[in-house]
Amino acid sequence: MASEEPLIVPTTRRPSAVVQDAALNQVHHPESELVVFPADQPLRLDSGQEIAPLAVAYQTYGTLNADKSNAILICHALTGDQHVASKHPVTGKGGWWETLVGPKKPIDTERFFVICANILGGCMGSSGPASINPATGKPYGLDFPVITIGDMVNAQRRLIDHLGIDKLFSVIGGSMGGMQVLQWCARYKDRVVTAMPIATAPWHTAQNIAFHEVGRQAVMADPDWQGGNYYAANVRPARGLAVARMAAHITYLSEKALQDKFGRGFQNRDARSFSFDADFKIESYLRHQGSTFVDRFDANSYLYITRAMDYFDLEAEYGGLLAAAFRGTKTQFCVVSFTSDWLYPTRDNKEIVKALNGVAANVSFVEIESDKGHDAFLLHEPELFATVTGFLNAAAQKRGIA
Amino acid sequence: MSGKATEMTHRSEAPASVRVDHQLIAEMVEPGSRVLDVGCGDGALLQLLINEKGVDGRGIEISRENVNACVARGLSVIQGDADQDLSGYPDNAFDYAVLSLTIQATRQPRVVLENLLRIGHKAIVSFPNFGHWKIRTTLLLTGRMPRTPNLPEAWYESQDSHLCTIKDFSDLVQLVDAEVEDAVAFNSRGQRLAIKNSLSLQNLLGEKAVFLLAPRRSR
Repeated sequence: MASEEPLIVPTTRRPSAVVQDAALNQVHHPESELVVFPADQPLRLDSGQEIAPLAVAYQTYGTLNADKSNAILICHALTGDQHVASKHPVTGKGGWWETLVGPKKPIDTERFFVICANILGGCMGSSGPASINPATGKPYGLDFPVITIGDMVNAQRRLIDHLGIDKLFSVIGGSMGGMQVLQWCARYKDRVVTAMPIATAPWHTAQNIAFHEVGRQAVMADPDWQGGNYYAANVRPARGLAVARMAAHITYLSEKALQDKFGRGFQNRDARSFSFDADFKIESYLRHQGSTFVDRFDANSYLYITRAMDYFDLEAEYGGLLAAAFRGTKTQFCVVSFTSDWLYPTRDNKEIVKALNGVAANVSFVEIESDKGHDAFLLHEPELFATVTGFLNAAAQKRGIA
Repeated sequence: MSGKATEMTHRSEAPASVRVDHQLIAEMVEPGSRVLDVGCGDGALLQLLINEKGVDGRGIEISRENVNACVARGLSVIQGDADQDLSGYPDNAFDYAVLSLTIQATRQPRVVLENLLRIGHKAIVSFPNFGHWKIRTTLLLTGRMPRTPNLPEAWYESQDSHLCTIKDFSDLVQLVDAEVEDAVAFNSRGQRLAIKNSLSLQNLLGEKAVFLLAPRRSR
């Protein structure tokens, strides 16, 4: 759960223009490394369409060693970005996985060269619906092609090629990041030495799709969405996106975490107000989560990325047999789930393990006891740190990575 | 299951650095082979096999704490259950499938053993021998379920739902059409007793036994 104290923040019609400009500024001028693959090198998508030029914004931490054997790719989740261990340029907050990534951390940037790229479809500098469509000179909006997790991975592969790295020592990610990890391992078997899919699933379930559809409908029901063409009108579907974020945020927590942190507590009052104000702490908290989210995230990106997740079904992609996705793999896997995660529960993570066992792959599987729900993968979980440290250490030692 | 098994042997043995049954299993395994340790506990056997025999070792363990400790030590271990999770492995995926002091705690020992023989070219099974003379005499003299250092828990607390003797296990080996390539019992002082020579005697003297099995390939 986020560390901010719940505040009373009304769901404003739109965030302040200054903040929103800062967010949009990152689309066109990211404070990150940026590689642009020119129009004659289009990215062919799973849908058959193409994106060109292709921009990939990324951050790196640490130093690539001489034989280029110490590179770790971190794949971010739905609302994450490339600032895994560095200050976010819009919010000013620290990196989203600083618990895990940094000097002397489990993913030690003094030992490994860590790469994190903004996903295709994102809004932090990689090509996405807010990027300029070269055909019109205006933001793509809904002219941006519908993308898949596989397309995101192909865009990342372009970046890894560009960096001259043949084999990634590890590909690591939680939630949607875990889906990218699985897709990497399925598509580019000989390029991934170790892999850590965390709190994820080999496909999106009906329940996963259902929650995403609620979020998308909330965005599209906002009159300011304007069929996705809100950029020109200089408005944002802030209310719709905030509602989408509020609903999604509930799925990242657990009932126990909600009850323990908020209960039926009142927010800045002693009794019911007999109104629709944020009487309860939990209401205030969710409103705060919603309103801060819209300051940094593009609503159309939210639509495209959730769609990509819904389309994710590694089993279907490999002829109805999940194990076929991993046949012949030499990658060493470590799958991690959390007991209270009901969004990507242990059951779904174990499907990955079962498929890997089915091809006698080298796999570890750890279920970590936590009451923090799906968000546990982002939070202080010493058992996760021990698992990541041990797994990476043993594999690095075996390969002589100092 | 194996968490308990580990505890059980810790109590039964002098604080030797390597358990005698682990040492014997390590001798049975060819260097550099692929090994699945079902019920791997804290990973001591896997670590021994990796260190001494350079095996490609994997484990399955039911206790979450044990699994997490194994993975944090860099071992490839999954949380799982011998009864439920063996069916997902393909045939002959490993050179050896090891079941160390675990079979007595499985719900379906026969199915588990058949799975071991299917997954591994060979299976190595160790178990506490319920035919040991101390157990027999305790039952005879007290009329109560024996509690020994090897079987320390009361009958109503024990996970061991399928205890057997060396003779019983030999019968099961026949039933699942496997061949005994080697069989060794340990007496209470940790000395080895070759079972092939005198089954009845070792069934009396052995506190635990280790069997190296192979499926009969030709019918």
